[in-house]
Amino acid sequence: MSAQPAAAGSSPAHGRRFLAAWIVLSAILTPVVAFFLGPAIPPGNGSVEATGQVFDNEVLVAVSTPVCVFVVLFLGYALVSFRSRTAEIVDGPPLRGDMRIQIAWMIVTGATVLGLAAFGTYELLQGGAGGGQGPNAAFLPAGHNHALDVQVIGQQWEFTYRYPTFGGLETPQLVLPANTLIRLHVTSLDAVHSFWAYQLGVKADANPGTDNVVYVQTKGARSFDIRCAELCGLWHGYMFDTGQVVDQGRFTAWAKQQQTYFTPVARYLPPYATTYMPDPQRRAG
Amino acid sequence: MSATAVEIRPPVWRRLIGFNAITGVIFGIIGYYLGWFLGHHITGKSIAFFADIDQNDLSVLLGYFFGVSGFLIGLGFGVYPWARLRGYPPSLREKETQGTSRYFGLCTDHKVVGIQYLIGIGLFFFIGGLNAMLIRVELLRPASQVFPAGQYLTLVGMHGTMMMGMMTSGILGPFANYFVPLMIGARRMAFPRIESLTFWLLMAAGAVLTTTIFFGGFPTGWTGYEPLNSQANTGMDSYLVFFALVGVSMCLLGLNMLATIITMRAPGLTWSRLPIFCWAVVSTSILNLLAAPVLIAVLGMAILDRTAQTTFFNPQGGGSPYLYQNLFWVFGHPEVYILALPGMGIVLELLPVFARKPLWGYRLAVSGLLGVTLLSWLVWQHHLFVSGINSDLRPFYMLSTELISIPTGFTFLCGLMTLWRGQIRFTVPLLFCLAWFFNFLIGGLSGVFLSDVPSDVTTHGSFFSMAHFHYTIMGGLVFAFFAAIYYWSPKMFGYTLNERLGKIHFWVMFISFNSTFAPLFAVGFLGQPRRTVTYAHNLQFLNDWVSVSAFVLGLSMLVFLYNFVYSLLFARIRAPQNPWSSLSLEWQLPSPVPVHNFDRIPVITGDPYDYGNPSPGAIPATAPAGGSS
Ligand SMILES: [Cu+2]
Repeated sequence: MSAQPAAAGSSPAHGRRFLAAWIVLSAILTPVVAFFLGPAIPPGNGSVEATGQVFDNEVLVAVSTPVCVFVVLFLGYALVSFRSRTAEIVDGPPLRGDMRIQIAWMIVTGATVLGLAAFGTYELLQGGAGGGQGPNAAFLPAGHNHALDVQVIGQQWEFTYRYPTFGGLETPQLVLPANTLIRLHVTSLDAVHSFWAYQLGVKADANPGTDNVVYVQTKGARSFDIRCAELCGLWHGYMFDTGQVVDQGRFTAWAKQQQTYFTPVARYLPPYATTYMPDPQRRAG
Repeated sequence: MSATAVEIRPPVWRRLIGFNAITGVIFGIIGYYLGWFLGHHITGKSIAFFADIDQNDLSVLLGYFFGVSGFLIGLGFGVYPWARLRGYPPSLREKETQGTSRYFGLCTDHKVVGIQYLIGIGLFFFIGGLNAMLIRVELLRPASQVFPAGQYLTLVGMHGTMMMGMMTSGILGPFANYFVPLMIGARRMAFPRIESLTFWLLMAAGAVLTTTIFFGGFPTGWTGYEPLNSQANTGMDSYLVFFALVGVSMCLLGLNMLATIITMRAPGLTWSRLPIFCWAVVSTSILNLLAAPVLIAVLGMAILDRTAQTTFFNPQGGGSPYLYQNLFWVFGHPEVYILALPGMGIVLELLPVFARKPLWGYRLAVSGLLGVTLLSWLVWQHHLFVSGINSDLRPFYMLSTELISIPTGFTFLCGLMTLWRGQIRFTVPLLFCLAWFFNFLIGGLSGVFLSDVPSDVTTHGSFFSMAHFHYTIMGGLVFAFFAAIYYWSPKMFGYTLNERLGKIHFWVMFISFNSTFAPLFAVGFLGQPRRTVTYAHNLQFLNDWVSVSAFVLGLSMLVFLYNFVYSLLFARIRAPQNPWSSLSLEWQLPSPVPVHNFDRIPVITGDPYDYGNPSPGAIPATAPAGGSS
């Protein structure tokens, strides 16, 4: 076994050359990613929460870019510059660490991580960022006292919706007024479901016996996709639907009309409540 | 030492009788029916014996319990306790010198167990991979086409459970069992019988999970969420028993590894000279030992809910589905590091050999591994960011989750700096290690999106998170697994795997892996949830692309399989004792390694990374072992 340290390839310029290349490449790529790829990342502009998430994703891809460039460039640089060009095995220099590099690395990664956590927390404080917050929501948007309550009931295998301000009417369609702060109460009658209103940037698990509150501030009129995002049994794959955000006037008209339809069946339904205790669970495959 | 005394071997039929896999299977089947009838006896005569096979959870569970017990007794795990009860002197070693048959039974040679694990886990990895192929066939079209909804869910559940269960021992099983004693200069593991037990438990578990298809499969995926779990048919019991057995196996494996590394290191092998792979094994074993009991407990509660009508997870009886979710992820998050840490260990262990440099920042790498181990306990609720539990704790879990990137970053820095200014040799194992960096980088960066609550609202439960954990587990663990098998097969089998086929395997696998999982980030962001048999029409092109890439990925596994069988059974090119000129202790032993590993226990004077040291003699002292006389 020949164990002679190689004299070649130990030029100190390597480090500086690599760092310069990294800074230049990152400086070029980060804005490109942030301003061209970033805004294209879903869920889009369907609600204030969705817009906030797009901004969040934009920041995250921007921060990820230099990290990604660092590792890939490092691997590329090392593999090209330091590949062994001899037939017999030659050893490299016995470098066992460098405290300055280690400390610099800790400071940079630590600062990045703390910055990201602070940023995510700040975004979360803006009303919960569209995620289900449970019965005692910790992050309340401004004006939450005047939010419109709408209940989402997950059941195998559909969502139904109840509107407590319209006599507790229950419908299979979700219609929401535009430019309104909505408080969704998500619950389930059987398995765990997850209510995902994709373009609105809303996701909240539906647990039986739990009132999972999520705030969403709608923008203009549009339709949006609804899917169940938690495996809930046999027909989980078919648990999708389309909801509507409509102008205030059309929403009131729709709600009045639904109330008329609803009256005959109202007495067969349990009164509106935040949770429902269904019959004992039966086998449903 | 001359271990080749002439043995008089009995005829084949005589050797088949005794405690071995055949007896185990026979006893297992007898035990299953014993338990099954017992279950029917307990639940009462009103239930018809043969008609209600998919209704009586108790008889299925008891069947599995007695079946697994019978299997283990048939393998001979009862012999030692029985002998001790009768006052016979204990023997630490069993069936260590009997030819091929020792691979089919209880054998206390850690090298045999390593090979058993390699083949056994490979078999179940193959089944799990086949399930993935079938899932991708179904997803070629947006609507359900090949499989009915229930079968599709069973495929998804089988794939996920098989992989997450079996692969916990994917590296620890074959490579830690085989190489930890060799690396620390020991002649055996601390608990050789328990070592064998962990393997056979895992095989019993795999068989149990596979039998779920006879009971209608299960609909919950690998997470087994309640209350769907309690609703499901008896196929669910297979899942519960499988994971509980895996839990027992993991726990014992961790215990055994810790005991071995703590107590059986050769003289001079201080903690600061321990090979980094052993440190990764220590970290993983701590997680194994502490996380698996939580899993066993939560599955036990689910079993009680299903049979004894307790209501741990049923809100109507005062229980809560959140209890299941919390407990499952208290286990489940450490588990993903159980899958990731051994991969880190392999990569950091192999880089010095192929960069011909010492491991850079040894202490930093160790603290990285231990830091991940510690932090992995504090992050589980990031799986529940939209579940409606503890919304006020979300900033904490966001912070703790993102903090994990700091110790993970340590291992990245150490690995990368080891390459820096090295004399890098592009062997197949090194290629897999380099791919590990790339894959784990993408996996880690996508994890930042999932750890960030606003971003997680969209990505949670979507194909984005699925792509993320495939990058960390398949891109991390499986790539490291292949690095390890190419690296160590000359020592394990005495034959080198074909390098050309290895490179073909690597490139096909690396490209098709990225081509499979990178588009899934987009698919998830575009709104496709996991585990659904249908998806939006506009996502068909991406899904088809992914499916075709996945088929190529499957083919790359066949390239490996071909290489493995061809090189070991047909080409049979004898490998030199130390083909990579590694300084690590296991390479100083002859191939194949003698049963007792070391004639004299070596004395260690340094760590195994002393490459490029101008004064030789600082190389760790190793005793010439077996066959040197
Ligand atoms: Cu659902």
